[in-house]
Amino acid sequence: MMDFLASVFGSSNYWFIVVRSTAPILLVTLGAVVTEQAGIKNMALEGSMLWAALTGVLASAWTGSPWIGLAAGIAAGVAIALILGLFALKLDANAVLVGIALNLLSTGGTVFVLFSITGDKGISSSLPSKVLPMVSVPLLRDIPWLGKVLSGQNLVVYLSAAAVVVIHVILNKMTIGRRIRATGENVEAARAAGIDPDRIKFFTLVISGILAGLAGCFLSMGYTSNFTSGISAGRGYVANAAQVVAGGTAVGSIFAALIFGVTDALATFLQSRGLPPELIQALPYAVTILGFVVVTLIRDKREAARKLKLFAGKDDR
Amino acid sequence: MRDGTERRKSPGRLGLFFTNRDALEPALVTLFAAVFSLLAGVGLIFLVSKEPAQSARNFLLGPFLRTYNIYYMMIAMVPLTFTGLALCIIYQSKHMSLIVDSSFYIGAVTATAVGIHAALPAGWHPAAAMLAAGTVGGFIGLLPAILKIRWRANELVSSLMLNYVFYFIGSFIILYFLRDRNQTILSSLPFRKTFLLPRLVPNTQLHAGFLVAAVFVVLVSVFLYRTKWGYEIRMIGANQKFAAYAGLSVPTVILYSHFVSGFLGGVGGAIEMAGLYKAFIWQMNPSYAWDGVIVAMLARKNPKFVPLSAFFLAYMRVGADFMSRRGDVAFEFITLLQGLIILILASDKIVNYFKARRLQRTALARTAEARAAGAGGAE
Repeated sequence: MMDFLASVFGSSNYWFIVVRSTAPILLVTLGAVVTEQAGIKNMALEGSMLWAALTGVLASAWTGSPWIGLAAGIAAGVAIALILGLFALKLDANAVLVGIALNLLSTGGTVFVLFSITGDKGISSSLPSKVLPMVSVPLLRDIPWLGKVLSGQNLVVYLSAAAVVVIHVILNKMTIGRRIRATGENVEAARAAGIDPDRIKFFTLVISGILAGLAGCFLSMGYTSNFTSGISAGRGYVANAAQVVAGGTAVGSIFAALIFGVTDALATFLQSRGLPPELIQALPYAVTILGFVVVTLIRDKREAARKLKLFAGKDDR
Repeated sequence: MRDGTERRKSPGRLGLFFTNRDALEPALVTLFAAVFSLLAGVGLIFLVSKEPAQSARNFLLGPFLRTYNIYYMMIAMVPLTFTGLALCIIYQSKHMSLIVDSSFYIGAVTATAVGIHAALPAGWHPAAAMLAAGTVGGFIGLLPAILKIRWRANELVSSLMLNYVFYFIGSFIILYFLRDRNQTILSSLPFRKTFLLPRLVPNTQLHAGFLVAAVFVVLVSVFLYRTKWGYEIRMIGANQKFAAYAGLSVPTVILYSHFVSGFLGGVGGAIEMAGLYKAFIWQMNPSYAWDGVIVAMLARKNPKFVPLSAFFLAYMRVGADFMSRRGDVAFEFITLLQGLIILILASDKIVNYFKARRLQRTALARTAEARAAGAGGAE
């Protein structure tokens, strides 16, 4: 077993799959981070992904263009996020309940739409949908081991890396980022400072919708080449846990998403070793909870140490 | 004229259930949400069906057109009642865990094990299975609560994640320990005869679980509104900080409310097995907890209304099933309607629309009165 694991962790093939399965989680985690920073929980990320995955497939099949599919998918992802905003912010609904409603509506609703169009409830393979292109990166691909891991990935994988930078810049280097954090910290104080909290929250919801839309399109137009029912497989929920692990930062999201990606890819490899697939499929979700617990433990400890230091400082005076 | 005392004197015909307008109006909005979702369903049918009139008729009236459909509705009410009750308790404490889904599923798996392996007399056998399933379900229900108390994990997020974990664990147990290897399709070993619940009406599937569900409605109503524990649950739901200040141990309340809710889920899963099946044959998790959310919301978190809202949901399900078998509209379309119901009922501005308007009017009238009195005094 140890030999097997060593061979897995050494293979570029494994890490290629890690990167590939990390990308969609990374995108939604970033989405969860942004809205959470503004103080609104977007539980509908799962729904955004599902509708984006379906809409992307449908639009690309009808127009013959993966790009129009991508645009339509992202629009669908944003639409779900905006519905959440409409109910949570304008009609004073509990955002979490709205999220539950939208996810319920999306799991069944996408199947309903798929069946109404194709007559099949499980998979969209009867539609001539397109996939987003793989990108072979000129210089990167020539690096011996790393090239095999990082080059030749789907376009969305590179977009997810770019998204980390964009979200980091938005949150830390721009005025809007300060406003987002101010709103998340204290709505009343933000309002007193002349910020419109609802506008800020809507803005973060749109961003999370775009990111979840991108992730959804990747699942049905890259990761696989069809829409299947329940294709998002709880990644939207994982994102909400990963967001905590990420500590609310864009860079932390990479780490949090990798936890899931590494176990998810490992599950694929372990399955070929004849281990019970059911237990292995449970692994990524279990590890996410574990990561969550460990991170909170570390943070609590650090917090305690900080407070201790604070008190010690007072004694000196 | 508009003060509360006069209103309370004449509660009207609905006074049996609603003592004042503050309770009546949200109830009307709830009714509106239910009717509106059905209308939206008809609209959807006309959008996608080739024979919309027939499909709409099957959806709305189908449940009552056939006697067996009426029994189906009663059967469908049983699991919905259990998850609905479980979520009433969770919501009363203002928590949002969906772990009942796991409790229900693992409850069914536990009951399967008891149903196959335990040698007990009829009557005691399903009862023992319910107790075992309820206990296992209760402990599963504790997990998000512990994660919340100890690590401040959002209970909804962790419960959704745990639902995946337990679904895979449950199907692993069935496949590796309880599977009937002589069957080509996925199925557990057959249950013992003693495990099966008796039928209430011969030649139908209506089983004694229906009565057990009714008993649990009463039990949970009493628990929530007539016991100290229920009061404490409602108290932390109303104001957690105040409850803590009043000397309540909030973590304890969170723990046992989750345990009871998980227990109900587990019992529901066991009854489903003993009532309807001869072996465990679920290919996937039926996910009744999500329906439980709607049942609890339609019941306005009050157990005594759970049968009514479980009936409504059962009506929708049976109607959609009847329609999808005879037409071109997929059964899944009801999730769109269910989502719509939650959206409407979750929106405070919609639910409290009349109350807000009334308060506004009273406030305006008071201001005008005060202004008039002030002007009179100045003269």
